[in-house]
Amino acid sequence: MSAPAAGAAKRVLAKGNEAICHGAIAAGCRFYYGYPITPQNDIPEYMAAHMAEHGGAFLQAESEVATINMILGTSSTGNRVMTSSSGPGISLMQEGLSFMVGSQLPAVIVNISRSGPGLGGIAPSQGDYFQATKVAGHGDAHLICLAPHSVQEMYSLTMLAFDLADKYRNPAMILGDAIIGQMKEPYDPVPYVPAVPDKPWALTGARGRAARHIKSMFLKDGEIEVHNWKLRDKFRKIREEEVRFEPYMLDGAKIGIVAFGTAARVAKTSIQSARKEGIEVGMLRPITLFPFPEEQVRDMASGVQKVLVVEMNTGQMVEDVRRSTPHHERIHFFGKPCAVPTPDEILEQIRLLAGRKG
Amino acid sequence: MKQVFDRPRTLLDARFHYCPGCHHGTIHRIIAETLDRMELRENTIGIAPVGCAVMLYDYMDIDILEAPHGRAPALATGIKRSLPDRVVFTYQGDGDLASIGMGEIVHAANRGENITVVFVNNTTYGMTGGQMAPTTLLGQKTTTSPFGRDFRTEGYPIRMAELLAGLEGVAYSTRVTVSSPAHIRKAKEAIRKGFEMQLKGMGFSIIEVLSTCPTNWGMKPLDAQKRVLGEMAEYFPLGVFKERKQADFA
Ligand SMILES: Cc1ncc(C[n+]2csc(CCOP(=O)(O)OP(=O)(O)O)c2C)c(N)n1
Ligand code: SF4
Repeated sequence: MSAPAAGAAKRVLAKGNEAICHGAIAAGCRFYYGYPITPQNDIPEYMAAHMAEHGGAFLQAESEVATINMILGTSSTGNRVMTSSSGPGISLMQEGLSFMVGSQLPAVIVNISRSGPGLGGIAPSQGDYFQATKVAGHGDAHLICLAPHSVQEMYSLTMLAFDLADKYRNPAMILGDAIIGQMKEPYDPVPYVPAVPDKPWALTGARGRAARHIKSMFLKDGEIEVHNWKLRDKFRKIREEEVRFEPYMLDGAKIGIVAFGTAARVAKTSIQSARKEGIEVGMLRPITLFPFPEEQVRDMASGVQKVLVVEMNTGQMVEDVRRSTPHHERIHFFGKPCAVPTPDEILEQIRLLAGRKG
Repeated sequence: MKQVFDRPRTLLDARFHYCPGCHHGTIHRIIAETLDRMELRENTIGIAPVGCAVMLYDYMDIDILEAPHGRAPALATGIKRSLPDRVVFTYQGDGDLASIGMGEIVHAANRGENITVVFVNNTTYGMTGGQMAPTTLLGQKTTTSPFGRDFRTEGYPIRMAELLAGLEGVAYSTRVTVSSPAHIRKAKEAIRKGFEMQLKGMGFSIIEVLSTCPTNWGMKPLDAQKRVLGEMAEYFPLGVFKERKQADFA
């Protein structure tokens, strides 16, 4: 199916991975490079079929190392560009991502994450949380990181990722997993106009203007320190201005769940069941993982008796929750590494915290 | 009086940081002159390698992108796909192109990526202090082959121009040197042809330039020149290994 126009009246039934492609095309992305890896192959397959009709180019790269450097090249010309991968592929891109942060180049990187470490498996996982939120390769580098929990968000957060990447001249990551990638549900192709800023840095050939250079090496005295502080200021601004989150049934909650992506999606069902049982439980769902909604987590944690962090890993975001609130004794963790928790499993945890027997 | 030696417009008025007798500066000048002569300065995007030539942008007045070590051909691919009517070239050393970047160069060449590659083969890693490169000659002592390169443990020096000439996507593959005025003339001709191939949409071109690293070879500049025309040219023969006359999709 061709990508629907943003603002089209009809809702669109699509898989999550397909919605990412629709969002990217609506955002003006015309270049896609990637290397096959499960569970995200439907993204390159879609782009292979559709980039040309939009006047762009698709290329299957020889590796993820080559991929991220092709991305870097296209980004340096000012055009919007995207790749997608998973686990080992994202690891191979780390050097290039660090170069892009250092060179201040935008792009969207989709991680439909799989279980690790190593070759791990193709089961859905949130084990890449640290990698996605703490580092972009070596050096003091970060990615902007968005975590969709519905097909709707696979569409709209992809568009937002392009806008944020351009706004801050920094790569942005969509962190999903196999479940959300394969889930099929209708989404609304919301009206949207890409926010593409002027790019007075883009390499286009020095016609009638001074030559431009894009680089991440700064060898002159003190230069690299100045550059690092400049990037720090940018990340600080991102932390101040770009936090996004969803409060869910938090009114009067005594138990507050923190979960993102697929885990949050399942938790919503568990919360509805628990509420029916009279348990006052709600959720704060981080939509941006970098920047992490620290203040919102702090405020929520100070207003509830217990905080339940649910993740599809052995405990990563829980560290950010701890960092956000002084009430460490309130924090509980429920992890399902490399598997999706069932609504009943989370409900069981809620009941336990509420002092009810299951 | 007629001025015979003028700075090309594309070459910035800066002092090269290269060691005495190093060929990087000469090769920069040839590229700059060629871009001038072909009136390409304002239409060109160059890619600087990780290696001694990383600061290419300090010397050439063109748009330049700095690459991670070895990845210049992938960057060039991304630029060329995005802006097909711009002239794109990479400038790479032997560690960069033939070791860490072997995958990227072979696949860019095999795709017939319509770019021009200037490959500076000085048989060592200049920037990091003279370690062994894939092009280091047998018996050559480097800081990481202190007893001389031995094929039984380190394999053989790679002939990149010949290797790439074997790929269908390659339009032009040649090996030149800049060790004498006559050789410089040939090198200029080769680099011009490399850019011409690209302008005609013929596909991938590579100009391998045998060059010096007197510092890490522990040689005087003149002896280094002699080594290029002697044992280096013996193992890495000068010449044209492939030249496409017509685009295969024409
Ligand atoms: C990923 C990575 N590995 C290693 C290095 C260190 N390094 C910098 S330059 C270089 C070798 C450069 O040698 P060559 O390509 O032959 O160029 P030359 O300096 O001789 O011109 C190496 C290994 C690096 N910058 N990045
Ligand atoms: S170290 Fe070698 S390659 Fe580098 S500038 Fe000096 S002579 Fe040239």
